[in-house]
Amino acid sequence: MEFVKKDILSIEELAREEIELILETADSMKEISQRDIKKVPTLRGKTIVHFFHEPSTRTKTSFEIAAKRLSADTVSISASTSSIVKGETLIDTAKNLEAMNPDVIVIRHQASGAPHMIAKKVRSSVVNAGDGMHAHPTQALLDMMTVREKKGTLSGLRVAIIGDIAHSRVARSNIVGFTKMGSTVVVAGPPTMIPTGIESFGVKVTYSIEDAARKADVIIMLRIQKERMGDSLFPSDREYANFFGLTHKAVSKAQKDVLIMHPGPINRGVEIPPEIADGPHSVILDQVENGVAVRMALLYLLIGGSRHASDD
Amino acid sequence: MRLMIRGGRVIDPASNTDAIKDVVVEDGKIVELRPGAEGRGQRTDNRKQKTEDRQQKSEGERQKSTIDNRQSTIIDASGKWVVPGLIDMHTHLREPGHEYKETIETGALAAAAGGFTTICCMPNTSPVNDNRSVTDYILNRAKEASYARVYPVGAISAGLKGESLAEFGELKKAGAIAVSDDGHPVMNSQLMRRALEYAKGFGLLVISHCEDLHLAGKGVMNEGAIATRLGLRGIPNAVEAGMVARDILLAELTGARLHIAHVSAEDSVRYIREAKKRGVPVTAETAPHYFSLTEDAILDYDTNAKMSPPLRTKKDVAAVRKGLRDGTIDVIASDHAPHSILEKQVEFDAAANGIVGLETSLPLSLKLVKDGLLDPMPLIAKMSTNPANILGIPAGRLRPGGPAELTIIDPEIFFAVDVNSFKSRSCNSPFDGWRLQGKAILTMVEGKIVFKEM
Repeated sequence: MEFVKKDILSIEELAREEIELILETADSMKEISQRDIKKVPTLRGKTIVHFFHEPSTRTKTSFEIAAKRLSADTVSISASTSSIVKGETLIDTAKNLEAMNPDVIVIRHQASGAPHMIAKKVRSSVVNAGDGMHAHPTQALLDMMTVREKKGTLSGLRVAIIGDIAHSRVARSNIVGFTKMGSTVVVAGPPTMIPTGIESFGVKVTYSIEDAARKADVIIMLRIQKERMGDSLFPSDREYANFFGLTHKAVSKAQKDVLIMHPGPINRGVEIPPEIADGPHSVILDQVENGVAVRMALLYLLIGGSRHASDD
Repeated sequence: MRLMIRGGRVIDPASNTDAIKDVVVEDGKIVELRPGAEGRGQRTDNRKQKTEDRQQKSEGERQKSTIDNRQSTIIDASGKWVVPGLIDMHTHLREPGHEYKETIETGALAAAAGGFTTICCMPNTSPVNDNRSVTDYILNRAKEASYARVYPVGAISAGLKGESLAEFGELKKAGAIAVSDDGHPVMNSQLMRRALEYAKGFGLLVISHCEDLHLAGKGVMNEGAIATRLGLRGIPNAVEAGMVARDILLAELTGARLHIAHVSAEDSVRYIREAKKRGVPVTAETAPHYFSLTEDAILDYDTNAKMSPPLRTKKDVAAVRKGLRDGTIDVIASDHAPHSILEKQVEFDAAANGIVGLETSLPLSLKLVKDGLLDPMPLIAKMSTNPANILGIPAGRLRPGGPAELTIIDPEIFFAVDVNSFKSRSCNSPFDGWRLQGKAILTMVEGKIVFKEM
């Protein structure tokens, strides 16, 4: 099939077949990263702007490496070095970037919907690298790639997502993605972290970690943001770790070959104890490796294929 | 100069009139309302019959009328409604301070184009209208503009800070007809109690913007599945309804008159209905967007659908509509809130609340008649007679000897909303491009035609 999307803003707008195509492409991209010479000329002459309006280490590095392995030229802008600090609006910044004719603008922003706003204003492809509490589509794709690689399928699985569902863009994108591919998703956390109307996504809700873990094929732990204590979502780290952190007992109720995942960065000892994060079920570093492959696949599909040729 | 509006369907809730009549205007006053001439503008056979009866009875008078007709400028209003000038008791005019969004003049022009002869402007200007000199300034500027009558609403608290009372006596003396901290709730219940008590002594109406700021938190839209899907922080109904309940209890405690602004939530309607049954002196308004739109309007992060209170669900829209029908909600007000693209073409979280409404309020409200929810008479009551009564101003009725402030409505005309044609300086409307039926085609203030499109 031909990939005809201009932008990658959320998992919702990707059809099941498109997700499959991205994951298949990512599988072949992964091989490039395992070579001695990790570079192909596919995107030579293309320009990619990485516009990170919110701190990021993993995602930003992953995007940059992905672009470089495909020989694209990359420019990186962060909030502190951009004109935003001089009072420029987001749309003006985007229009100015656009005037320099980049092929792709990768954006991370703390406001939900910011990449959508930009995508409507520019001709370049826009890739959402995480917006507010809304979406983190490349994270969901790399999570699905990791699960598919280990389990051979994405359908019929039981996926537990545990933690602050309410404020997590990773949770939203994974819920939509895994559900779309035919798996069952269970979300768990204290009720203060379960958003209103989450049932409409077709997920099951429980407030017990052990219930969520029972018979799970995949457990995705979410990062607890300590600043959320100010919002009275939970009383203390200690209480959170005791009642909502992952335990050996909970893992023992899951399938024997359960995968333990985490989008990072980890609060060791809060949502996940170190021995589980580093244990045999953990695929946390595979996720990071696959992140590069998925992002290479997306860049390739957006600007390396025939889309632009057929547009003209 | 003498002017006759001939053959229109005169709808005047104050006198319970709904009949074909000719309206004669002279020297800024209505001098005569008389049965309309035969064969023009009848809407039903029944009414036609009645009109004919009356015609026969006043044969002599009719001959006299014919003579008058030759001397008057005649406006043919057959097939149109002639109603008392519409009153918008909830408008933001942005002057002084934010003239790039709206001035008193452009706001008054927008009012005239929307069929409003009277508007009440909220005090959240810069400086805040919490003292006599700002009220004076607004009234002077309104007099210069003269497209609509402008009544300023003073602040409840000094600087809208919610800490101490503004000088109600001075405000009233200068011409303020009500007090409100609109845009901000009075979070301190003691201060709200004192405001109600103190306002009572001056006969000032207190208009309450009901919002529990702690519960609202950083919310930017209605709480629910759509907010969750969009990753936007939610505002539950209890944010509004909790404060509605508090203010009703305080009105009951103090015996002061309370008017609840922009009702949007099902629970608020329920509390107001119950309070009215108990005889609490409370009235309420809603705005057209709360009976025309749901939170679905935000699905593409459209900042023109961001407002406070937020657009809510189908259930809430149904409750607001029911409240309008059963009289729980007395008034339709626009909550006209102009903002420029500087405040609206930004991230949803950062966008300003509010939409312009003066030029869409009537067409959207006329849809309630098309939908069979309201008859024309109660609709006009909610947009003219009721706000006049609640505010205690000499408007909202058509009577011989009274001021010639009236609106002619074409209830049938189809048109597309085009924000670029707005008289308002701002165009932040989620209704751009909507096909609507019915609008004002003539607006008259003190006998002067301030808007005409016929």
